Amino acid sequence: MRDTTRQHVHQKRTRRKPAVAQDAPMLPAVFAQWFASRGWTPRDHQLALLKAASERRPALLIAPTGAGKTLAGFLPSLVSLAQRGRAKKGAGLHTLYISPLKALAVDVARNVMAPIAEMGLPIRTETRTGDTPLSVRQRQRTRPPHILMTTPEQIALLLSHEDAGHLFADLDTIILDELHALAASKRGDLLALDLARLRTLSPELMTLGLSATVALPSELRAYLVPQRTPRRCTELADLVRVSGGAKPQITILELDESVPWAGHTTRYAVHEIYQAIEARRLSLVFVNTRMQAELLFQELWRINDLGLPIALHHGSLDASQRRKVEAAMAAGTLKAVVATSTLDLGIDWGDVDLVIHVGAPKGASRFTQRIGRANHRLEEPSQAILVPSNRFEVLECRAAVDAAEAGAQDVTLSRSGALDVLAQHVLGTACAGAFNPEALFAEVTSAAPYGALSRANFDRVVDFVSTGGYALKTYDRFAKLKATPDGRMRLAHPRFVLTYRLNAGTIVAAPVIKVRLVRRRSLDNRKALTGGRVLGEVDEYFIEQLRAGDAFVLAGKVLRFEGMSENEAFVTHAGARDPIIPSYNSGKFPLSTHLAERVRALLADTQTWDRLPAPVAEWLRLQEAHSVIPAREEVLIETFPRGRRHYLVAYPFEGRLAHQTLGMLLTRRLDRAGAQPLGFVANDYGISVWGLADLSAMIEDGRLDLAALFAEDMLGDDLDAWLAESNLMKRTFRQVAIIAGLVERRHPGREKTGRQVTMSTNLVYDVLRRHEPHHILLEAAWADAATGLLHIARLGDFLHRIDGRIRHQPLDYVSPLSVPILLEIGREAVAGSAREELLRDAAQELIREATGGEPSCSS
Amino acid sequence: MLELKPERLDFDDFQEQLISVCGKIFRADMTGALYWPAEDALIVADLHLEKGSSLARRGQLIPPYDTRETLRRLAEALDRYDAATVICLGDSLHEEEACERIGAEELQMLEIMQENREWIWVTGNHDPSIGERLGGHVTGDIEVEGILLRHQPRPGRVTHEIAGHMHPAAKLCLHGYSIRRPCFVGNGTRLVLPAFATYAGGLNILAEPFEPLFGNDGLRVWMLGHEGLYPMATRLLKED
Repeated sequence: MRDTTRQHVHQKRTRRKPAVAQDAPMLPAVFAQWFASRGWTPRDHQLALLKAASERRPALLIAPTGAGKTLAGFLPSLVSLAQRGRAKKGAGLHTLYISPLKALAVDVARNVMAPIAEMGLPIRTETRTGDTPLSVRQRQRTRPPHILMTTPEQIALLLSHEDAGHLFADLDTIILDELHALAASKRGDLLALDLARLRTLSPELMTLGLSATVALPSELRAYLVPQRTPRRCTELADLVRVSGGAKPQITILELDESVPWAGHTTRYAVHEIYQAIEARRLSLVFVNTRMQAELLFQELWRINDLGLPIALHHGSLDASQRRKVEAAMAAGTLKAVVATSTLDLGIDWGDVDLVIHVGAPKGASRFTQRIGRANHRLEEPSQAILVPSNRFEVLECRAAVDAAEAGAQDVTLSRSGALDVLAQHVLGTACAGAFNPEALFAEVTSAAPYGALSRANFDRVVDFVSTGGYALKTYDRFAKLKATPDGRMRLAHPRFVLTYRLNAGTIVAAPVIKVRLVRRRSLDNRKALTGGRVLGEVDEYFIEQLRAGDAFVLAGKVLRFEGMSENEAFVTHAGARDPIIPSYNSGKFPLSTHLAERVRALLADTQTWDRLPAPVAEWLRLQEAHSVIPAREEVLIETFPRGRRHYLVAYPFEGRLAHQTLGMLLTRRLDRAGAQPLGFVANDYGISVWGLADLSAMIEDGRLDLAALFAEDMLGDDLDAWLAESNLMKRTFRQVAIIAGLVERRHPGREKTGRQVTMSTNLVYDVLRRHEPHHILLEAAWADAATGLLHIARLGDFLHRIDGRIRHQPLDYVSPLSVPILLEIGREAVAGSAREELLRDAAQELIREATGGEPSCSS
Repeated sequence: MLELKPERLDFDDFQEQLISVCGKIFRADMTGALYWPAEDALIVADLHLEKGSSLARRGQLIPPYDTRETLRRLAEALDRYDAATVICLGDSLHEEEACERIGAEELQMLEIMQENREWIWVTGNHDPSIGERLGGHVTGDIEVEGILLRHQPRPGRVTHEIAGHMHPAAKLCLHGYSIRRPCFVGNGTRLVLPAFATYAGGLNILAEPFEPLFGNDGLRVWMLGHEGLYPMATRLLKED
């Protein structure tokens, strides 16, 4: 720890020295003077990037927050533009800056506009997002600025124009900011394909990547450079690394009060959280879900006797409200902001001196990122307090602190480029002009995520774009792409350009409903309902569950649901009744593999329990006495009776999503084995299945074989059968179908509501599964499910890992470790099949009424 | 969470439901077809054959298997009831030109089903005419035993009518789940059939267009599941 501190003290000192030209032969005088005028010295990594750029070598800069990363990225372009009067081949666009965030303005103003203005450089910069006025966007295509700051989606759109070749002909540098957040995603896939395209249009192009610390920099380095022989060797960009700043100071909140067994409300610690807020300048209070944000915000205000300015920030709130909170943070008028992942990335809104993480952080990398929000000066330690909301989370928080102190990062699953994204790109390419399939294949495979793509699959994707790619060849006459005599493919009709542009992009938002606050009086007159302030948006499926009169919480207000019209929900202020907290799961991440491993190790090593709060250590000792503590590589499975039911509890620690899939599959298998399962529940740490048959007895006399029950072949037929009905799978397919352009998200002039799209993609999914189970879109959806909503890949790794390592413990009663999981029963709804059961239930109810039960009261 | 029920009813319990229209008894099938035992007739509405290729023609290349899937389900229903007459209540074709696009294989399926059977195409707004290619008789509204069979239900307090056109669907909310499915909707004196088409959208029966047909009371609803047809209390249903 001392070492790093000293290193940064050293850096701080060098800052005060006057400008040094000998360190930076390539730094022009005007720049050196500018640094000096601000009392700065160019940092080593800034110069290293400048050097790489001057030698035209692509480079990746990995640095923690506060290291001057963005300026480092822009510096080479500023120097280049200030120095040379270049001969123009095209429209004169020199540099593209691409960030995943739309709200670029603040960061950009500070890092680029200010230096340009202060040095009086003749450089024109502009931003381009979905919010940029149409007239500006059109002008940007013919008369672009020198530096254009934009998002990946805008690049795709610009490339779909016929004049893209002219626009990008002079392109010299591309700066990719927050590359770690972009690369391993569908947005990253699309951007990788666009990079490949841009390299074709401007072969001298150079890339600079900016990233937070990651476990495997080589994936990002490969992303930045063209892969010329993708199957033989991987080419990498240079790596410039800034060693981490001062070590963060993290504490886990410990209370005399016992930590709750289960739940995520963290109500027990709200007074301590409040005191921490009071003692600091500005605290960022991170939570994992919007629901927790709303709840904690309510709780804090309930005890806010001092009237501290505490605000709320999450993705369901109306954008204008979020902008207000951000502005207030920047202006220093707030004391705390309760936030979800909407404040995770990039921009600094204020002088945050404490991060309070409420609930376990779920992943090591995300935790590091969030801690970094406190104190953006590299040389001073960030301060953070972790508040676990239940006992398992205490273990997880301990593991997270250990990981943060060790500087460990989560390893993201390596994935290959998505085929639905490729389909979109192929159509986009055709929009700009006819393409040669041979050349496009070479270009596509030069993008690292698509290096392993086979020509056969590429051709299938092109065939899909053209005619749908069905074995039944009835759509040839409706083909979107037609072959030209010289073997190229061209768009069959110009109207497809419009459909492409309206549907481009890889972000498929879940259908959301606007929530509008109206006066109770205007409710009598339904026409008056169009007015009212928009409070924010909530997921459609949450609103679907509400009945008129139900109370819920949004934007820190208790609201009464009054009704819907089209895509809006109307609410009024509700009295002080017990509200439902929105149960939408947006932003809920499952426990990362890396943290899971640490939690398992912590649990297995009884020596480390002293580091845990007393009630938690006591809980584990009870488990040791009454059941068993599993070894690090084992999975513990307990069976016991309770009430008139029998329970099976397993502790895989593989995260909620993988556990849900496991639960669905286990109940199927137990049903076949005659164990009469009735239901299951899962959280991040374990899963519990219950049923009517005595599971301990069945295992003992060999009627139930645990090794067979948890065998890897679970992922064969059972999974397949379940997927046929799984709503998660249908949701996954819907996203694939929209991205690939099979169904449109918008029609010219009229936007389809999410509901209509959902319906048709479900029908399409059923038809494809029956008639063409090997269709490329089903394959693409399957690949998504493996890493996405169903976490099948992770489940597969788990089953493989525990082969021969199952530790079964039959018990007479509930074990201490199982209590938190059993307490989840009735708390968490598992989205899955069970739809038919619902219809049966409802029909039974009608039959009961009809056969002498209570009379039906139709409303 | 929702528990699986220990005492499950047998599959057959919900396979079909008896529905009465002005005293006539019908057997409603889980596929969405309606069987009239007294007339030995099977009635289906809104097949929308070749909707897939109609959309493909406009650039949306959704799978072309909807026609064979619709006919396969129709064959399934025919297997169960072996009706002497089949009456298709209009919008059998998604558009008039679709007639020519039906593939040879699908045409053959239709031909096999039409063997030794009377086949009546009632015309609808999507298919004011139906090409000879599809066999059967083409007609406007028909009356059988005092019951009017037509495509579009007439607004107002009409009785003795069985129709399609509306694509009725119902949304059930229970235990925090919601589910939206096509349904039969009636009031004892008139009935609207669900769309039989594979790619059919649905209109919520609590939405405005149904109001002139049924008013507000006495509504009876049967929702189509994957394993059965389920009678539903209207108080459990929800608007979209």
